[in-house]
Amino acid sequence: MNMEPKPQETALVEMSYAEAIRDALDIALSTDERVVLMGEDIGVYGGAFQVTGDLVHKYGEERVMDTPISELGGAGVAVGAALTGLRPVFEFQFSDFAMLAMEQICNQAAKLRYMLGGAVSVPLVMRFPAGSGTGAAAQHSQSLEAWLAHVPGLKVIQPATPHDVKGMLLAALEDPDPVMVFEHKILYKSKGMVPAGYYTVPIGKAEVRREGSDVTIVASSIMVHKALDAASELEEAGISAEVIDLRSIRPIDKETIFSSIRKTSRLVCVYEGVKTLGIGAEISAMVAESAVFDFLDAPILRLGGSESPIPYNPNLEKAAVPQTPEIVEKVSQLVKGKI
Amino acid sequence: MSKTKQANLPFAIAHFSPDELRAALRKMYLIRKFEEGAEDCYTRGLIHGTMHLSIGQEASAVGSCMVLEPDDQITSTHRGHGHCVAKGAQASKMFAEFFGKETGYCKGRGGSMHIADFESGNLGANGIVAGGIPIAVGAALTSKRLKTNKVVLCFFGDGANNEGAFHESLNMASVWKLPVVFICENNKYGMSTSTERSTSVPQIAQRATSYSMPGITVDGNDLSAISEAVSEAVARARDGDGPSLIESMTYRWRGHSKSDRNRYRTKEEIAEWMEKDPILRLSTLLREHNIVSEQDIKDIEASVDAEIADAIEFARTSPDPITADVARDVYTEVSA
Repeated sequence: MNMEPKPQETALVEMSYAEAIRDALDIALSTDERVVLMGEDIGVYGGAFQVTGDLVHKYGEERVMDTPISELGGAGVAVGAALTGLRPVFEFQFSDFAMLAMEQICNQAAKLRYMLGGAVSVPLVMRFPAGSGTGAAAQHSQSLEAWLAHVPGLKVIQPATPHDVKGMLLAALEDPDPVMVFEHKILYKSKGMVPAGYYTVPIGKAEVRREGSDVTIVASSIMVHKALDAASELEEAGISAEVIDLRSIRPIDKETIFSSIRKTSRLVCVYEGVKTLGIGAEISAMVAESAVFDFLDAPILRLGGSESPIPYNPNLEKAAVPQTPEIVEKVSQLVKGKI
Repeated sequence: MSKTKQANLPFAIAHFSPDELRAALRKMYLIRKFEEGAEDCYTRGLIHGTMHLSIGQEASAVGSCMVLEPDDQITSTHRGHGHCVAKGAQASKMFAEFFGKETGYCKGRGGSMHIADFESGNLGANGIVAGGIPIAVGAALTSKRLKTNKVVLCFFGDGANNEGAFHESLNMASVWKLPVVFICENNKYGMSTSTERSTSVPQIAQRATSYSMPGITVDGNDLSAISEAVSEAVARARDGDGPSLIESMTYRWRGHSKSDRNRYRTKEEIAEWMEKDPILRLSTLLREHNIVSEQDIKDIEASVDAEIADAIEFARTSPDPITADVARDVYTEVSA
């Protein structure tokens, strides 16, 4: 894209996660005529979660395009547009609806470069409002990031803060390959300090959010916040937890995880997607396959989504994904040798 | 291409120069001989996997692509060798791809079903039925947004007309008035299932009504008829009047793929369609209008045979990819 990285702006502005996404899209639209936004009800409606907001008034319907309710076709149009010179940012209204578009995401966008011997790139950004906690039940609450992370050719990110989502979205728009951005819906209203203007946060780098010495908690998306809350409580109980914000699950930042384990000797993975065959399974296997395994003083623990669809009843809904008290309890048991 | 229309002459004769028509005939021969050569190499064990031959459908590919400007683009299908040659690909690099060689269009990673040639405007064959249709619409969106004036021809088969991607794509192309021409090559069967048994309308062109675009059914074995229909649709697209749907009635002489035992159609039906050989029809037309002589046809055949022999030799003697490169080109390497 034509955006010359400017010197880092020092001015920080408080904004919500949704506003930070909009800020990134606004910068991209204003600096690169190839950028178009596509999605259902992203125009005058402003998007189901008010992420695109009033961008249509600033850039017009030709660049902030309401698509028909045609996830497969719409995603395919975005793939074709990316292949031929545009920089589309495609919003699925809910990440669950992306299942209707798996063909275009996984058979086309992910594979075209490889199948064509490297002759082309597909610079496509797709946004997936994901996760539970809204009472919308099983078809509007899933965490499907591990599905897409299983497909070579895609990059999959899960920014947890307003700062990261803006910077990683701008990095995604610079990326020549398809980047899938999973945004937890409960985070949209969360606030944080965000640099004004253009900056990027690299894709593929985890961040240590809190340093600790007794246990490493690797978390992604909203679970980063729950893990940080848990770490504060654990500290009161005399347990020092290090919290790693994964940020990117494909590629995954092995080294940050490994160096933390070398220090703490214990690993807990916390993620909202279904526990079995999820992100935690991959991280556990990576550790088990490596020499860092010798540093472990305790079994690896995974806390993930329940082996069920996301239920409607609010108590059941909470019970279906890891919550702070459970993280505190399990980590505490692990550190005390009770697991 | 001459723009003046002459009365009572077939469209192709009136609109294309003798050189263009001879080139079209040669391309049709080239597609036929390319596919016969590929089939022969497969039978001899030189090519693995499978392939989907379009022998019998050559007029549809060549007649459609010959009305395009060089910058115009196409998307193609699993039965896409003809489209690829018609848009300007080289037989040598296509054969090299079939042989899985590093010198092939996809460096041996794609094979028959994934050949693309962006230089000639071919955005790619596709292994998924209807997979290329929304991609064509996306390419047309790029043309409209960036004002490149390119038109996109979107080839697909009759089987694709029952995929959701087909319906979603035609709808969006129409709503957004995009410069794309949908060309359904109706060869009567989606693998083994006939259109009569699979499709709710007698003619697929009727689907156009639902999407407020012109729909026309043409004899896809008649190069003149198909080029006339595509020419009108391309002009309409380029003028900003949106998409069209053309149903090109044709027939594949061979089975769906190499596993086909032809249990769903009769020998008589196949023989009847072989009588309608599109290459013979064009060469007869060109001879009637004194555009080619018997000797010209022999010369074309001889030059195509030599080109195919050279292409196969190039493929056979090209290097294989090295296995250490199995995961190369999954992602774009960004230079620092």
